[in-house]
Amino acid sequence: MDIQEVLFYVLSVLALAGALGVILSRNPVNSVLFLILTFFSISGHYILMNAQFLAIVNIIVYAGAIMVLFLFVIMLMNLNADVEPQKNWLVQLAGALSGGILFLVILSAVVTALRSLPAENIDGTQDIGLIQNLGKVLFTDYVLPFEIASVLFLSAMIGAIVIGKKDPGLPAER
Amino acid sequence: MPIQYYLFLSLALFCIGIMGTLMRRNAIIILMCIELMLNAVNLLLVAFSKMWQDASGQIFVFFIMVVAAAEAAVGLAIIVLMYRKVHSVDINILNRLKH
Repeated sequence: MDIQEVLFYVLSVLALAGALGVILSRNPVNSVLFLILTFFSISGHYILMNAQFLAIVNIIVYAGAIMVLFLFVIMLMNLNADVEPQKNWLVQLAGALSGGILFLVILSAVVTALRSLPAENIDGTQDIGLIQNLGKVLFTDYVLPFEIASVLFLSAMIGAIVIGKKDPGLPAER
Repeated sequence: MPIQYYLFLSLALFCIGIMGTLMRRNAIIILMCIELMLNAVNLLLVAFSKMWQDASGQIFVFFIMVVAAAEAAVGLAIIVLMYRKVHSVDINILNRLKH
C-alpha cells in the first residue's frame, strides 16, 4: 500500500467519523466542530486529487466563514445539550432506516453501472486543478454564471439583512 | 485511487446527511446536514472532473459553493427571525404556520 492509499483511507475515515458525529451528538456546538473536521478531511481529498484551488476555497469559505456563522447563531441562541429537543426513537429509527435503504439502493445501481466503466485511477498528477487553468476556463466559458453569482451574493446579502432586521416597533392597530 | 472508492465515499456522506436531516429536530443541525450533502456532491464532481480531464466539474463545484454560502446566510437569518418570535428552534414548533 503506497502513501496515497494510506492517506485516502485515513482521510475517508476522518470524513465519515465527522459526518456521524454531526448527526449523533447532542450538543449543537459539538456538531459544528465535527462538521469542521469533515470539511478539513474533504479538503484533504481535494489536495490528494491536486484540486488545489478548491481545497483552499473549501477551507476558507466553508470551514472559515459558514461554520463560524453557524457558531455565532448557536451561541446567540445559547443552545446546549440540555434544551436540545429529540424526536422519539421510532421516528429516529425510521429516518436511519430510510437513509440506509437509500444507500443500499444507490450502491447497487452504481455497482451495476460501474461494470461498464473503465477502471480509471484518479491521482494528483494532472494540471486541471491548478488555479491558472481553472481561471482560464472560468473567465472564458463561464463568465456569465460568474457575473450572475455576484448578483446572487448581492441579493442574498440584502435579503439576509432585511430578514434579520429588528422591527422598529410598529404602531398599535386602532 | 479508482473512481469507485470516491463514489462510495461520496454516497456514504450523502446518505449520512439524509439520515441527519430526517433524524434531528434542531433546525440549525438540519441546515448543517444539508451542507454535508452538498459537500458530498462536490467531492464526487471533483473526482469525475479528474477522471474525464474536464475543468467544468471543478467550475461547477465553485458555483455550488457560492449557492451554499448564500443559502446558509439566508437560512440562518430566517432561523434567527423565528427564534425571536417563538424562542425555540424546534421544527415541530415551527411546523404550524397558522399560530
